Order: sequence, then C-alpha cells, then structure tokens
Amino acid sequence: MRVKFAHSPVLSQALPPWRARLLLGALLLAFAALAGRSLYLQGINNSFLQKKGESRYERTIEISATRGRILDRNGDVLAVSTPVKSVWAIPEDAQLTPAQARQLAQLLDMDVRELMRKLTSEKDFVFLKRQIAPEQADRIAALELPGINLQREYRRYYPVADVTAHVLGFTGVEDVGQEGVELALNSQLAGQAGSRRVIKDRRGQIVEDVESIKAPVEGRDVTLALDGKIQYLAYTHLKQAVTEHRAKAGGIVVLDAKTGEILALANLPTYNPNNRVKLVGAQLRNRAFTDTFEPGSTMKPFTAALALEKGKYRFDSQIQTAPGKLTIGTATISDAHVHGMLTVAQVIQKSSNVGISKIALTFPPEEMWQMFDSLGFGHPLKLGFPGEVGGRLRPSKLWRPIEQATMSYGHGISVTLIQMARAYLAFARDGDIVPLSLAKLEGLPPAGQNVFSAQTAHEVRVMLEMAVQPGGTAPRAQIAGYRTAGKTGTAYKVEAGAYAQKYVSSFVGFAPASDPRLIIAVMIDEPLGKDHFGGDVAAPVFAQVMAGSLRSLGVAPDAPLKPLQVVAAQ
Amino acid sequence: MNLILLFVAVICALATVSSSHRARKLFVEFENEQKRMRDLEVEWSQLQLEQSTWANHARVEKIAREKLGMHPPVAGRVVSVEGR
Repeated sequence: MRVKFAHSPVLSQALPPWRARLLLGALLLAFAALAGRSLYLQGINNSFLQKKGESRYERTIEISATRGRILDRNGDVLAVSTPVKSVWAIPEDAQLTPAQARQLAQLLDMDVRELMRKLTSEKDFVFLKRQIAPEQADRIAALELPGINLQREYRRYYPVADVTAHVLGFTGVEDVGQEGVELALNSQLAGQAGSRRVIKDRRGQIVEDVESIKAPVEGRDVTLALDGKIQYLAYTHLKQAVTEHRAKAGGIVVLDAKTGEILALANLPTYNPNNRVKLVGAQLRNRAFTDTFEPGSTMKPFTAALALEKGKYRFDSQIQTAPGKLTIGTATISDAHVHGMLTVAQVIQKSSNVGISKIALTFPPEEMWQMFDSLGFGHPLKLGFPGEVGGRLRPSKLWRPIEQATMSYGHGISVTLIQMARAYLAFARDGDIVPLSLAKLEGLPPAGQNVFSAQTAHEVRVMLEMAVQPGGTAPRAQIAGYRTAGKTGTAYKVEAGAYAQKYVSSFVGFAPASDPRLIIAVMIDEPLGKDHFGGDVAAPVFAQVMAGSLRSLGVAPDAPLKPLQVVAAQ
Repeated sequence: MNLILLFVAVICALATVSSSHRARKLFVEFENEQKRMRDLEVEWSQLQLEQSTWANHARVEKIAREKLGMHPPVAGRVVSVEGR
C-alpha cells in the first residue's frame, strides 16, 4: 500500500522544538561570521588584498632617457648615444645543436670553442657579447635559440673618433662623463630616467596609465664652438708634424679672435674614444689644458707691449744688443746670433734675448707681474675640464733681476698652450681679452678686459708681422693671400731642476694681420729631427692650418694672391 | 516615472562601459604611437651616426684626392668676389 508523504510514520513523531531553533541559530551565527569576515576584508583591512590584486595587473615600468648629443658649430654630430643590444644566455637553458652553435658563433664573430666554453659554464647568467650592431642583433633574434636573450643598452659613439678625442672626452659604463666636454657639461648632457605605473591586460598590452611616478628628463644637446672642418685640419697637420719630427707630443689650439670661441683643439698622442681597450695615461692627457711648459720667445711680445704701453720705448727706439751677451749677477743671457743695434720692433722680429731682457729690466717687477696676471697667466681658465692648471707665475716680491730678465723671454714662467693662445687675443683684438668659450656663442661675445691700449696692440701686430717676413724668425708661417703675424718659441725643457738638451718648439700667431680673425697656437714637444726651432717645426703647421681654415671660413684675402717667395730660415 | 528613471540609469551604465572601452582602445593606440616615436628617434640617431661617419672629413678628403683627383687651389688661381 502506498503511504502518502504527509502520512509517513516518521513524520508523525514529534521532534523537540529546540532542535529547529538550534539549527536556525547555528545558521545565523555562521552567516554573521561570514558577514563579519567580509566586512573585515572589504572595509577594515583591505589594503593587503588590494595590493595583491594590483600586483596582478599593475606594472611599474622604467622610462629611459637618452644622453644629449654633442654637436659642432655647424650642427654636425660629434657624439651621440644610440641603443645597442647585448647578447646574454642562461647556460642551463641554452642547449644548442652543434649546427646552431656554429651559426651563433659566426654571427657573434666568435670562436665556436669559446662560445661553448661560455655556454657550459656553471654560472646562471653569462654575457656572450656586449654592445653589438643592430643588424647583428636582429639576425640573432631571428634564430630564436633557446636560452639566448638580447638586452637593450645605450652606447655612446664618436663618429670622428681620435680627431676630437681630447675635447669631447668620453663616458663611462654608467653613461656618466669621465673626461673632456662629457665631464665639463655632464649636468646638461645627462638625462634622468623616469618611471610610471600602468595597468596591463592579459596580452601584456598597456591599457591604462595609473600615474607618472617620475617624468624622465631627456639630456640636452650641447652645441660646441668647435668647427669640425678646422678641427680636422688642425689634427691632421699636427699629426703630420709630430710624425715628421719624431716628436714626443704636440698640441694645437685655434681661437676665434672676434668672439673668444675655441674652434679647434687637438693633442697628440691621442686615442680612439670608441675603442678604449689599450689606453695609457699619455694618450689621455689633454695637454693644451693640463700640461704647462716654459713658452720661450712667444712671451717676448708681451714685454715689448708693456714697454710701448708705459711710454718707455717707442716702436723704433734703439737698443744695443751687441755683443750678444748680457751678464746679470752670475748668469749670462745670450743670443743665437749677434745683431748689434736693433729697434724694439727688430728685437721681436729677430727674437733677441738680450734686447728684450734690457727692456724688461727697466720695469719694477710689480708692473710686469701685473701684466702677466691680467693676461691670465698663473691661474686656470676654469672651463670645467678635468685637471686644468694655471701654470707657474711667482709673486713679484720674490723675483731676482735675472728672473725678471728670463721671464721676458719665457723662461722661469710656465703656461699652458690654451693660456698662451688666449693671451694673444690682446694683440689680435684691440688690446682686450675676452673669456674663452667652449660652447657656441649666441649673440654678441661678452665684454673684454683691457690689458693694452688699441695703439699698442696695433704696433705689436706690426712687429709680429715683421717676424714672419723675410728677415724674421718664421718666414715659413706665411701663407698665400693673407698677411700673417706671429712669434716663434724654442724653449729648453727643465728636467730635474736643470735645462736639458730637449726643446719645446712653439708658434703663436694670427691672421689676417689687417683684421685678425683666427689665433692659432702650436706646440711640438721634443722634436728629434735636425730642425728644432719653432720657426721650422711649429710655424709650418700654423701656416697650413691657417690657410685651410681661412679658406673654409671664407675670409677675404688681404694680400695679393701671388705664389710665395719663402726664404729659407736661418 | 520610475520606469523612465530606470531606463535612463541603464542607458548611462551602458554608455560608461562603452566609453571606458573606447578610452582603453585609444590609449593602446596612443601607446603604440609613442613606441613608434621612440623607435623613430632611435633610428634617427643611428642615421645621424651613419651620416656623420660617411661625411667624415678624413674620408671626404681621401675620396676628393684619390678618386676625384682634386687638390686645394694654388695661390694665384683664387679669385675673390666682393660681396654686395
């Protein structure tokens, strides 16, 4: 017989009423616990879970900033950072077939055995090759080898390499300037990497910008005063001279006389900034800034200028230089040739030590010191180059008469090449000196500081022009089409406190003499050939660079364009 | 009245959804363009490098002298023209 559910005997038994209530109570309690827990998670302690959630879709990504470029005054690139790839591997994952290994080794330009040695090393991570060319990297990526990966890095390139090495310097691994302009103007060039937080979807695409934590600051470009063409001319001709005379070192500086901008600066020996594997200290020296030398006769025009300025002598005052010797105390100053009676102008033209010493000794030491000081000798230029020095200029109170005399022809005082070039601004301009500038100037150059009167500067220019003409010490400094002016220097080097039979040959000059546009200072350290006079070693470099530079700048000739009649130097 | 408000609320909700979707799509596009900009910048720097390597004065001089047989003008063969 079918029993209906409602009439089931099981149901007819009466249950104690507390059971239902207990069950209801238990369920309510459980509910309350759940509600409490969710309230706790949602409302009170929600930051932990939120963080967990965010970490699943939010990413903080680095935004790299590139270092600024260095340009020359014409906008040509001298230094630029460009991304390159580095190849790295996880040796454990990199199980290559011999054919794959050979292919990879070929692409990396490596020996197969060396590659295998790296891939079987115990380390977790090995660089196979750093900073490879982009095409190479693309081809390696196309192989899709297991465990071989590419990483993006920045590398700085210097397209003209050794020509601009000392001016530009270089950067270290961290892309921070180490030398030269890279160091001097690092704060402008350096970029600052930024970062931002984004939301990524499951395909790894960025779908939303949450916030920019730090905006990246791109490095600023720097436009130098340097003229690439003049720099190239200066470098190649200096190199030629240093090789020809088997010299130890050399330096050249080209200044714009109108603005004080540094148009070229080169030193030898040099190096290739793109490949600094076998670098030695001598190659790194930025000699024009860091090495002082006793300039020799290139110093004479300053004393002559002081003589004219103070009215003690006129352009054509007579000075007796016979018998070519002058004894002061225990020391004797002598001339290479005996000249007899000379005018002040001829003392400069013939470069007479005796003549200039006689002039120098008519001044109180303070007056001479004052002049050297206002010309910038004795203190560094502060252009920001590492290791800039100021040379040696002793206080005038300590000068003995013999020192005062030798200083007039550039011994017992030491200067850097760039200081020497700068001091000649006083002659090339109308007696004033403007600050030098490494960066290209916009607008007018800053006001100069007067050292000599315009009249004095003009008269010294005439003397310096005589020095490069037949009868002077540097006829080889002449160039076709332009009037040049300048002064030679041949100084003995001081070694261990005494003068050695080694020389520094130099030449400082400017052109066109009628309205000077460029100043070039050349220094050749220890020429070993039969020539060692500044007029034979340094002056030809001056002439070659000057001729090329003036032509490249389109400066109008101020002399008839006839082939030169160069008289051989004595 | 309530029905109308409900209808408006639904429409607003749908509009929010679609506009936020559009915003994301545009953002992705924007990101892609920015990436393209960076890539082009990189390419530009490489091209500049290449250009300055080709235009290297040493190379220009070598080609001018050796391939084209050029030399600097000798004195007397230069004519200077007065500028206006």
